[in-house]
Amino acid sequence: MFGNLAHSQLQQLWWIIVATVGSLFLFMTFVQGGQTLLATAARTEEEKSLIINSIGRKWELTFTTLVLFGGAFFAAFPLFYATSFGGAYWVWILILFTFIVQAVSFEYRRKPGNLLGTKTYDAFLFINGSVGLLLIGAAVATFFSGSNFQLSAYNSVTWQHPLRGLEAAFSLFNLSLGIFLAFLARILGAMYLLNHIHHDSLEERLRKAAFNNLLCALPFLLYFLARLLVMGGYAVEPQTGAVALVAGKYLSNLLAMPLVLILLLAGLVLVVAAVALTRFTPRRSGIWLAGPGTVFVGLSLFFLAGFNHTAFYPSKFDLQSSLTIANASSSHYTLTAMSYVAIAVPFVLAYIAYVWRLMDARKLTVDDLQGEEAEDLY
Amino acid sequence: MLEQIDMSMVNWARGQFALTAMFHWIFVPLTLGLSFLLAFFESLYVKTGNEQWKRITKFWMRLFAVNFAIGIATGIILEFEFGTNWSNYSWMVGDIFGAPLAIEGIFAFFIEATFFAVMFFGWDRVSKKFHLFSTWMVAVGSNLSALWILVANGWMQNPVGMKFNPDTARFEMENFWEVLGSPVAIGHFTHATSSGFLLASLFVVSISSWFLLKNRHIEMAKRSIMVAAVFGLISSAYVAFTGDETAYTAAQVQPMKLAAIEGLYQGEEGSSLAAVGLLRPDMQPGDDKDPYIFAIKIPYLLSLLANRDPNSFVPGINDLVYGNPEQNIVGVNARMIEGKTAIEQLALYKNARGNGDEATAAAALSRFEAVSANLGYGYLSSPEQAVPPVALNFYSFRIMVALGTFFPLLFLAYLFFTYRGTIAKQKWLLMAGVVSLFLGYIAQEAGWIVAEVGRQPWAIQGLLPVHVATSNLTTATVQTTFFMFLGLFTLLLIAEIRIMLKQIHIGPEGK
Repeated sequence: MFGNLAHSQLQQLWWIIVATVGSLFLFMTFVQGGQTLLATAARTEEEKSLIINSIGRKWELTFTTLVLFGGAFFAAFPLFYATSFGGAYWVWILILFTFIVQAVSFEYRRKPGNLLGTKTYDAFLFINGSVGLLLIGAAVATFFSGSNFQLSAYNSVTWQHPLRGLEAAFSLFNLSLGIFLAFLARILGAMYLLNHIHHDSLEERLRKAAFNNLLCALPFLLYFLARLLVMGGYAVEPQTGAVALVAGKYLSNLLAMPLVLILLLAGLVLVVAAVALTRFTPRRSGIWLAGPGTVFVGLSLFFLAGFNHTAFYPSKFDLQSSLTIANASSSHYTLTAMSYVAIAVPFVLAYIAYVWRLMDARKLTVDDLQGEEAEDLY
Repeated sequence: MLEQIDMSMVNWARGQFALTAMFHWIFVPLTLGLSFLLAFFESLYVKTGNEQWKRITKFWMRLFAVNFAIGIATGIILEFEFGTNWSNYSWMVGDIFGAPLAIEGIFAFFIEATFFAVMFFGWDRVSKKFHLFSTWMVAVGSNLSALWILVANGWMQNPVGMKFNPDTARFEMENFWEVLGSPVAIGHFTHATSSGFLLASLFVVSISSWFLLKNRHIEMAKRSIMVAAVFGLISSAYVAFTGDETAYTAAQVQPMKLAAIEGLYQGEEGSSLAAVGLLRPDMQPGDDKDPYIFAIKIPYLLSLLANRDPNSFVPGINDLVYGNPEQNIVGVNARMIEGKTAIEQLALYKNARGNGDEATAAAALSRFEAVSANLGYGYLSSPEQAVPPVALNFYSFRIMVALGTFFPLLFLAYLFFTYRGTIAKQKWLLMAGVVSLFLGYIAQEAGWIVAEVGRQPWAIQGLLPVHVATSNLTTATVQTTFFMFLGLFTLLLIAEIRIMLKQIHIGPEGK
C-alpha cells in the first residue's frame, strides 16, 4: 500500500502526521493551562484540589503526546532532530527541565515528606505551564523566522549564536507565538475544567478566565499573524533544492493552499466562538469546540511552514543549510514501514476516547475529595 | 567528519548520558515488575473478593505511583538527549533508530498513560473487571515500552537490517523485521524485564520483611511475601537463562566486550572462566603478562558460555586488536587501514558527485564499497582505542552474577519458611531480605555498566565511535547541564525516597 507511494508523497504524509501530533499536543496543553490557573482561578484549598485532580488525570496524556511528537520527528525527519536539538541546545534543555519538574509535581505535591513543600511543586507546575509553553512557542516560531546554524557536507550542525537557541526568545515575533500559546493553554484549561468540575464559585471564575485570557491572547496572535503574512519566507526551488528568501512567501503559501486558509480561519472562529459561548451562555462544553479549533490552527501553521516548497527549519545564517521535508527526511523504506505503524494511531485514539468518556462520565465534585479515595488524591 | 574532536566534551557527554540513564534505571525496573505484582494482587482480590487483597493492592499501588512519576521525569530526557548531545548519531542512524522510539510512544506510552489514570483513580468510576483490566494494561504497556527501547539498544549493540547510503552518508533501514527480531535485542529485552521483575519482588519482600520485623501489618506482609517470593524465584530463573543467552550473543557479535568482561588478553581453546579474581591494574593490550594477580578459575566454562562448546576458541583482547591469522581473526589494526581508505574514498565520491564528475565518482564508490564494512574503524586513532575499560567490566559483571546467584536462594528461603508458617520468626532472614533490596539495585546498575561500558568506544558496535556521534558543543556547556541534571535528579531522588519511607511508615491502613 504505502510502498507504492513516491518518496515525496511519503514525506508529505509524514509532515501531516507530525503536524497532527504537534497540534494535538497544543490541544492537550489545557493541562498546562490548568496548572497556571491554579494560581489565579482557585481561591481555596478545596478549589485548588479540584483543579489539580481534574488535570492530574490527563497530564500524562499531554506528556506522552509531546514525547510522541519528538519520536515521530526523530523517525520521519531525523535531520531536524539532529539539527534542532543538537544545535539549539539551551532552549530545548530548558523546555525539558520544565517537563521533568512537572512530571513529579502532581504525585509529590501533597505527599508527606516531599522535601520541597507543596508550594515548590505548585511553582514547578506554574513554570511548566508558562515558561515551558513560552519557550516551545518561541522554538516553533523559528520554523518561520529562521535560526542560526550551518550544516557541514556530512550534515553535522554548527550553531552560530552563543545563546544556542535561547536567542529565539529575544525576538518579538517568536515571543508572540510563545505568549499566545501560554494564554491559549489557559483558555483551554479554563474550558476543560469548567466541563469536568461541578463547583459553583469556581464555575463563574473559570468562565471569566476563558474570556479574559482570550483578550490577553489576541494581541499576540494578531501581531504574530500580521508579521507572518508580510514577512519574507524561505522558498525552495523544486528542481535544485536551492533556498532563497522570498517576500511575502507565507502569504502566497496561504493563497496557494486555500484549504490551509480555511483551516486557519475555521480554527480561529471555533476558539473565539467557544469562548463567547462559555462566557455568555450556560454551556459547559466550550472545550469541544476550542479543542478542534486549536488543532486546526496548529495544522495550518505546520502546513504553512512545510508545504508549497518551503523550508520548514530555515537557517538565516546559511540559507542552503535550511531543512525541508525532502532533505531532512528518512528513507523511503523507513517512511513506508512507519506509515504501516501509523495505521495504529486511530485505534490508539479510539481507546483513549473510550476510557476518557468512561472516567469522566461522572463529573468531579467536592464529594470526590472526601472518603476512602481522598488519600490518593494529588 | 568532525574536524576537531574535543575528547573532554565527549567524555562529559558520555557522563551525562550515563548519569541520566542510571538515574532512570533506578525507577524503571521497579515499574516493570511492580506493575505485574499489582496485577497479581488485584487478580486475587477480584477472584476471592477478599478486601484484604484490595488493601494490599492499594498499598503497593501508592508506592508504585511515587516511583512511576520520577521514572517519567527521568525518562523524557533520555529520548531527547539523543538529539541534544548525540546529534551526529541522530542523523547518521536516525533512519533506523528513530523508528522504535516513535513506536514506543504509539504502542506503549499511551497504554500506560491512559490506563494508569483508571488504575489509580477509577476504583469507583469503572467496573471491578475493567479496573483489573486497566491494571494489567499498565503492566503490559510498561513492558512493551521496554521492548521498543531495548530493540533500539540491541540495535546499537548489534546493528542489523541496514546499509550505508553513500549519497546521504548515513545508515538506512533495509529490513524492519531484522531490527525487531535481532537475537541481541530480544536477549536484552528479556534479560532487562525479568531482572525488573526480580527487583520488584525484592522490593515487596524487603518492605514486607521490615513490617514483620516491626510486628506491623503481619497478615498483609505475609501475603505479599508469598506472591512476591514466587514471582521472584521464577524471575530469577529467567534472569539466569536470559543472562546466559545475552553472554552467548555478546560472544558472537561483540567478542571484544566478552574479552573485556573476562579480562582475557590471550585467546585460547578450552578457555576457563575466572569466577573470582583480581586484575593486574597496569595491564595493557599487547602485554605478555598474566592479567590476574589472583583468580579462581573454572576450566572450560568460558568456552562453553561463549560458544556452547567446551573446547572452542575464545578470542582475547590481543587477538582482536592485533589479529590472529590462525583463527582467521582480522585485527583492529588492519580494519583501521581499510576504514581510513573508506573515509577517503567516501569524501572523494561526494566531491566528484558535487562536481558532476561521474566517472571519478563511480571509481571512488567501488573502492569505498570494497572496504566500507570497516568504515567505523577509520575514525579510531589507535588499535588499542577499541578496547573498552577492562576492570570496570570485569568487576561489574562479577558483582551482577554473584548477586544474581544469591537472590533465588533468598526467595527459596522465604518460600520454605512461608510454607512452614514460621516466616515471621526468622529474624536473620527478614533482615537479609530488607538489605537485599539495595543489593538488587546494585545488580541492576552493574548489569547496565556491563552492557554499555562493554560497548565502548562504539556508540554503534563497529560502525560509529562515540566521539564521532556527539553534537558540536563546548565542554563548559555539557559540564553545566551535567551538574544541572545531577543536582535536580538527586533532589528529586531524595524527595522520592522520603515520600516512599513516609508511605511505608503510614502503612496500608492509611493516615
